[in-house]
This record gives sequence, C-alpha cells and structure tokens, in this order.
Amino acid sequence: MTTADDNIDYMTDSRAIAVGENLPGCKKRDPIVVADNVTRNFGGISAVDVEHLEIPRHKITALIGPNGAGKTTLFNLLTGFDTPNSGAWTFEGNNIAGVSSYKVARMGMVRTFQLTKVMGKLTVMENMRLGAANQPGERLSRALFKNIWGGREREITKQADGLLEKFKLDAKKDDYAASLSGGQRKLLEMARSLMVRPKLVMLDEPMAGVNPALTQSLLDHIKNLKAEGMTVLFVEHDMNMVRHIADWVVVMAEGRIVAEGPPGEVMKDPAVIDAYLGAHHDVDLGDAQGIRELEAELEADEESIVGTEDAGIIAPEVVEARLEEEEGK
Amino acid sequence: MDFGNILSLALGEIVTPTTAAYALAALGLAVHFGYSGLLNFGQAGFMAVGAYGFAISTLTFKVPFVVGFLIALLCAVIFGLLLGVPTLRLRADYLAIVTIAAAEIIRYIVTTNTLFRVTGSADGLSSFQREFDSFNPFPAGTYIFGWSNREFYVRVVSWVIVILCAVIVWLLMRSPWGRVLKGIREDENAVRSLGKNVYAYKMQALVIGGILGALAGLLFTLPRGSVQPANYATELTFFLWTVLLLGGMSTVLGPIVGAMIFWVVLSLTQNVLAGLIESGAITFLSIVQAGQLRFILVGVALMLLMVFRPQGVFGNKKELAFA
Ligand SMILES: Nc1ncnc2c1ncn2[C@@H]1O[C@H](COP(=O)(O)OP(=O)(O)OP(=O)(O)O)[C@@H](O)[C@H]1O
Ligand SMILES: [Mg+2]
Repeated sequence: MTTADDNIDYMTDSRAIAVGENLPGCKKRDPIVVADNVTRNFGGISAVDVEHLEIPRHKITALIGPNGAGKTTLFNLLTGFDTPNSGAWTFEGNNIAGVSSYKVARMGMVRTFQLTKVMGKLTVMENMRLGAANQPGERLSRALFKNIWGGREREITKQADGLLEKFKLDAKKDDYAASLSGGQRKLLEMARSLMVRPKLVMLDEPMAGVNPALTQSLLDHIKNLKAEGMTVLFVEHDMNMVRHIADWVVVMAEGRIVAEGPPGEVMKDPAVIDAYLGAHHDVDLGDAQGIRELEAELEADEESIVGTEDAGIIAPEVVEARLEEEEGK
Repeated sequence: MDFGNILSLALGEIVTPTTAAYALAALGLAVHFGYSGLLNFGQAGFMAVGAYGFAISTLTFKVPFVVGFLIALLCAVIFGLLLGVPTLRLRADYLAIVTIAAAEIIRYIVTTNTLFRVTGSADGLSSFQREFDSFNPFPAGTYIFGWSNREFYVRVVSWVIVILCAVIVWLLMRSPWGRVLKGIREDENAVRSLGKNVYAYKMQALVIGGILGALAGLLFTLPRGSVQPANYATELTFFLWTVLLLGGMSTVLGPIVGAMIFWVVLSLTQNVLAGLIESGAITFLSIVQAGQLRFILVGVALMLLMVFRPQGVFGNKKELAFA
C-alpha cells in the first residue's frame, strides 16, 4: 500500500473500482481477494465454477443471485470450510487455497453462516468474548493464571459491550444465546464476527429475519465498517439493501459469475434479469416503471410467481416502495 | 436388622478410595463430554492404562514410585493421542466407537497368557504398592471411623488428589481456554470461523480427561495393592457415566457428589436387602441375587433421574431447557 492510500477517506473514495470495463471477472484497482478457476461439483452438478473473481478492498461488495446459485458454496470454499475440485485464491496476496479455516480467520478473513451458528449454552456475552483474538488465556499453558489474561479480558468485555449496544443486544447480555430469537441470533453472529476485528468480513444473508427498523441502523453500521478500514462481502436477496449500501455487485447464477458492476448498472443488465427471471429480458429491475410493466406481464404468465406470496425480492411493492422513497429525496 | 450399622457402612462409602477413584474418573468424563462434547466410552481403558502403566513399570522395570507414577500419566497421554489423532477431525460418534473398542483392546492385551510374565494375565499384578505405603506419615493406631493408619493414609491421599484436580478443572473451565472448549461443544464450526484451532483444543481436552482417568486408575489400585483386568471392563465405564449423569455433566462438584451418591446407594441397597433376607422377610432372593439386583436398581434409579431431574444434582436446569 502506498502512503497516499493511508490518507484516503474510504467512505467518500470515488475512484473507479474496476480497471477497465465492468465485465464479469474484471480486474480491480486494489483487490483483497483474487480467485482463479475455483470449481466445486456435487455429484455431477457444478455448484461453483468461477473463472476469475476479485473482491475490491475497502469496499462493500454484494454477492447476489437466485437460490442455489452457489453463493454459500463459494463462501465455504474461500474460507476453507469446503474443499474445491480445483482452483486457487489469494487473500492480501497470500495464497490461501487449502489453508484450514481457522487459519484463514486468523489472517483476518471472517465469515458468518447462512444457517446461524450461535453457542446456545453460552451467554450472549460469552459468545462475544469467544470472538476476540489475542486472548492469552486461550492457551492451556496460561489458562490457570488470571493475572496473565485478566487485563485482556477486560478490554474484550469493553469491546463486546460497545458492539452489543450497536446491535441492540445489550439487554440480552447475560441470557443464554439459545434463548434468542432467530433475528437476534443473526445479529449476535454478526456482532461476534466483528469481535475478531477482521480485515474482510463475509456475511451470508446478514439481514434475513431482522426487522426493518433495525435493518436501517445496521446498514449504517455496516457502512461505517468501511471507515474503520474493513472490507465487506455480503450475500443478500433484498435488493433494497444491496442498492443502499453496496459499492459493487457481483451476480452469480448456476455457479458462474454472470455480471459485475455498481448496483445501478448491474440491475439493468440483461444477464442479471435473465438469471433471476428467465425469459423477461426487457425490463429494468431498478426502475419503478419497468417493474410495473413486468408485473403486468408476469401476472398474465401462469408460471410466474409474481402476484403470489412467493414473489420475494421481485415483488413490485418491495421494489417500488424503495424507488419512490429515493425519488422523494 | 441393624440399621445403625447399615447406615454407618453406607456413610463409610462416601470417602473410600474407590469412591474417590470414581469421582476422579467421572471428572475426566466431565472434561470430555460435559465441557467439550467429546464422547468417551472408554474411560475404563484410561484407568487401566494408568494402573498397568504404574504396576508394570514398578514390578518389571523396578523404577521408583515417582517415576512409575509419571510413566502412568505419560501412558495416558500417549493413549489419548493415539485415540485422538485419527478421530478428532471426524464427527463425534467416531471417537465414541474408537474409545469403546480401544478400552476393550487394552483389557484383552493385559489378559492374554502370552504376556503373563509382564501383566499377570487374568490374575493381574500385585505387591507394587510397598513404596507408596512407605510414605505413610501416620503412626499405627485407629483413626476417626476406626480406620487403620493405612486406611486413613490412602483416604487422605485419594481425596487430596481429587480436590486438587477439581480445583484445577474449575480454574481451567472458567478461563478463556475453557470458554473455547464450551464453544466447541456447542458448535465447532462457529468456533473455527472465529480463528480457533478446534482440533488442538479437542486433543488437549481428551488428554487432560484421560490423565484424570489414569490418576483414577491409580487411586483405584494402590489401596487394593492389586490390579486385575476384570476390574476395567466396559461396565466400569458405564458406572462412571451413571455417576456423571447423577451429579450433573458440566459441573466440577457434580461428578464428585455423583460418585458419593452412587456408592452410598449401592451400599444401602446391598445391606438392606441382605438384612431382609437374613431376617427372613424376603425369601425369594439369595444373597448373590441381591447383589445383582442392586445394579438393576441402579439402572431404574438412573431412568427415574433422567425423567425427573435430567440435569443431575448440580446441573443447571436453565441449560437443559435448550438441550
Ligand atoms: N453439501 C452439498 N451436497 C450436495 N449439493 C450441495 C451441497 N451444498 C450445496 N449444494 C448444491 O449446490 C448448489 C449451490 O448451493 P448454495 O448453497 O451455494 O446456493 P446459494 O447460492 O447459497 O443459494 P441460497 O440463496 O438459496 O442460499 C445448489 O444446487 C445445492 O443444491
Ligand atoms: Mg446460500
């Protein structure tokens, strides 16, 4: 890193993210993760087949794609929780293919799980403390001597208190994590991953099940992670969230990267619309008018889920509400 | 029937070296299962390794007591590593299968006639405790419950060791190291994702619990002055699990009090039944059958316990709500 970079405010940094055109697999000005030819097959189906992918440093990148696109599998591969059939990737220039998951985490690449993992029979506070790095008391040889690890424990507790407050879990501090609701567990898992003070935090559907009012404040919190010099990669199905905080969007479908670019641009990309909707190409997912047209077209189409309860992220109400809000500003 | 005698016999069980050995071995299981989620069904194997490690090095290799003691612990460490290396990367059930088999292998090895000169085969080994007895600081006489000075000595040594180990385990489990173990018990992938070397922690827990098992093996054999393969059969492991469940799994006091309750209840049922048979109140049982019946009663008691107090005597009911 050059000295000039140190003076950059990452919140307002508007230099181009990609070098050259925003094509799938394009080179980045300053990548933190670079992956090449990563493939993973599950008995015939190719769950992940990524030719080239670079994650930009100090940016928030969204990884989107329909169900079964291979997003979670890619997370598992990159963080050492699964073994690829082929491929190599680097984190901050170090080759980490085949490195065990805990070492990857120690290097500063920390992930959360789509199926939330909290330690149920530990309190919320103990869950948080477990996340902290550099606690000498975690070594067997020092564990008996509280005078060695007590000081660090106090620092950790202070850090945890701060995070719990931001994630609105401070009142639950002394409860067992098993007593938390689904959304609260998501929050705890995310807060816990931040205890590690990662360089890159990878969140698998962090907002699934979190109520909208809290989502807003958490989105701001995620944005602020950038100011602290962190890089964020997250998987999300909620397009509003993606537009709201992502600097860059990577779209996966059937294991491949099909599009990349800034959110506004990607949502107009025919390849993306194709991936999500199949045949209905001529529509802009980021445009209220386009959505309304699509709704009319799809409601007439019997195979489509639009107009039914399953519409999810492409439900017109969802997209329109957000768009109108933006127009109003 | 002499109830006073039956009661004092039962109370005497609370502090026997055997009770101490059970408490210590169950404490090892608490480290394994209660705190780390490791399913060890071969704790009897660890006890046998400790007992034979000491007896063989003392008798065959004529090493001094302290060296024999250290060899016994070293054997337990090696046994733990042997079991852990192939299984701890796999799912929890594999460790259970391997430990139960390994404990049986140990028992068969020491029973084979080929090794008679070293292990004494089915007869076992004896007379290895002389040096231990020579450390006895108490002059001849009777102590407290009419114990001889040797009986008093082995009780003091046994319980000092149990208390020392309990304090160490308690200190370890409230430390950040213990927190990582408890995290692994809950979800090892989550702990991995936070940058902890889960495999190393599991190995440390397996070895520490195993060392406690080997120490328990020593407490079991030194007072008797003999070690026999029949004492280390699979049922011993299951008695230890009973003790652990009785007392509460993720506690330090649980296994100790569990062992006391276990032996008091065994003694009470045995002596009450024997008294009833002698006085003619029960005619359909022989004394031998009564001895067997009490183990059936232990099983029934364990079932009732699981139904009415599944967390054990010292367990935390709140924890169980989320099991
Ligand atoms: N352990 C596994 N065994 C077999 N197939 C698997 C396994 N894990 C994932 N797959 C398959 O790989 C494909 C990609 O799954 P993945 O979980 O990565 O999707 P995803 O993009 O995260 O989807 P979602 O948005 O629903 O979470 C799916 O077709 C899935 O069935
Ligand atoms: Mg997924």
